[in-house]
Amino acid sequence: MTAVGRPFSQTRLPGFAPLLVIASATVMTVLVLLPLFVVFSDAFSKGIGHYLAAITEPDAVSAMKLTLLVAAIAVPLNAVFGIAAAWCIARFEFRGKGVLLTLIDLPFSMSPVVSGLVWVLLFGAQGWFGTWLIDHDVKIIFATTGLVLATILVTFPFVARELIPLMQDQGSDEEAAALTLGAGGFTTFWRITLPNIRWALLYGVLLCNARAMGEFGAVSVVSGHIRGLTTTLPLHVEVLYNDYDFVGAFAAASLLASLGLVTLVLKTGLEWRHSGELSANRRH
Amino acid sequence: MSDQAILPRGLGAPLGAGGAGVGGRPRRAPWVAHSILPGFGLSLGITLVYLGAIVVLPLTALALRPWELGLDGVWRALTAPRVAAAFRLSFGLSALAALLNAPLGLLIGWTLTRYSFPGRRIMDALVDLPFALPTAVAGIALTAIYAPTAPLGHFAARFGIKTAFSPLGIFIALVFIGLPFVVRSVQPVLQELDREVEEAATTLGANAFQRAVRVILPTLAPALISGVSLAFARAVGEYGSVIFIAGNMPMRTEIAPLIIVMKLEQYDYAGAAAVGLAMVVIAFGSLLLINGLQLFLARRGRV
Repeated sequence: MTAVGRPFSQTRLPGFAPLLVIASATVMTVLVLLPLFVVFSDAFSKGIGHYLAAITEPDAVSAMKLTLLVAAIAVPLNAVFGIAAAWCIARFEFRGKGVLLTLIDLPFSMSPVVSGLVWVLLFGAQGWFGTWLIDHDVKIIFATTGLVLATILVTFPFVARELIPLMQDQGSDEEAAALTLGAGGFTTFWRITLPNIRWALLYGVLLCNARAMGEFGAVSVVSGHIRGLTTTLPLHVEVLYNDYDFVGAFAAASLLASLGLVTLVLKTGLEWRHSGELSANRRH
Repeated sequence: MSDQAILPRGLGAPLGAGGAGVGGRPRRAPWVAHSILPGFGLSLGITLVYLGAIVVLPLTALALRPWELGLDGVWRALTAPRVAAAFRLSFGLSALAALLNAPLGLLIGWTLTRYSFPGRRIMDALVDLPFALPTAVAGIALTAIYAPTAPLGHFAARFGIKTAFSPLGIFIALVFIGLPFVVRSVQPVLQELDREVEEAATTLGANAFQRAVRVILPTLAPALISGVSLAFARAVGEYGSVIFIAGNMPMRTEIAPLIIVMKLEQYDYAGAAAVGLAMVVIAFGSLLLINGLQLFLARRGRV
């Protein structure tokens, strides 16, 4: 449910509340809104023709395709993992659960650069499996596989973290009832569990996807920045920016900013409409 | 309250009601409580295999590879002047940014929960913008705002203040990305703060300042600390939004994650791993420490 403003402080401290509201609005505008505004104003600074040319040039298009491809692999895998992890953690009591939860959360406290680094340590030219990969002509680092692995690691906890607390809150009474009435395990999951968690699942997938498409640090380490081949959209932004093609960089950035805005709108919509079906920390 | 306790949440986490003992057929390993629900083996299997491949194996490489240099080799790699300077810069600026995020986040969280004003819900949604905006986008946008040639940067330069390509620029970027952590941490607590307690304090003669310091702040402290520590942890590892505005001058504006990138470019895998491992250990350690402090405060607050 949405927070209903309870403005009784206003009656006690006349004049104080508007001041705080103005201060907050100023901080938000200067710190948060200004960068967003700059992205679009700089992208269109040389007119719409220039903008369209920048986002339809071949390197930009292949960067978009690569970004979509990476997200299309990473997000479903993390979603399936999230559901499996939530099922065993929220529905069963077993030893070592705390360790499991800590490990699932771990990628959140790692620098994106470290999330890229670990794959280079494994699969880079001097990585543990480096020689084997070279002998068998398999390329992971500086190739799409590496981008996918780095993205998966960075976005690993998103779905699981939405589902676990929700399913713990919901408890397993409904599933137990279905099973007692003779439903099979799969039917129970499909007809009871999934409908109960669908909005939280969507919420997690949404956040996971936004991060997957916007990830920069981790993919930057494993990419090698080969234009048109291993540059995702955020890396394309970097390449153009470092080439002093600012309009091009901001044009590409405006696509990513739009993705962020759409995500924000959908996420907020979910929080407003389905707050009862999201994990407690998402209820507004 | 502290849904954000990212790290050691597993310790003493509330477990689901579970269906334990409903069916009572003993068929699972002794380390699993009985349940009539199916799919434990399958779901745990998927979880462990995936977790092993994506998190455990790579982190094992991170934990083991630095020692190829030997103990003193690792020490030398971490204390080389350029690396040490980057660590000081990253941790120092992250701490400062997180500390500034405390009053800013508190202000915004307070405004959003206590007052109703036009645009409140939009402002509430926009708090997450630094999360939603890809870091590289934020990075080039902040640089465009604070570069010496840009209006704001030019304005600051007139007072002799260099913003972009200086530690101050890094600081601004870190404040930007850390803000949502504090707001989202304190918001639920402010929402649930018992107004009757405040009213009681008022009735007993407490003024606004006394109410804030003696009543609201102690209740808020654990959430505030949690938010600040999350902002700090994020800032230490932050790369995309910082790298453009930093200027990346050796000894002056090089952040720790950049050192890793540099070492990788020189194929110094062990050195890069040493810096990466140190970052993970320090970030994890400080989060554990702060979580402990938070638990302590929460317990004391409850008595």
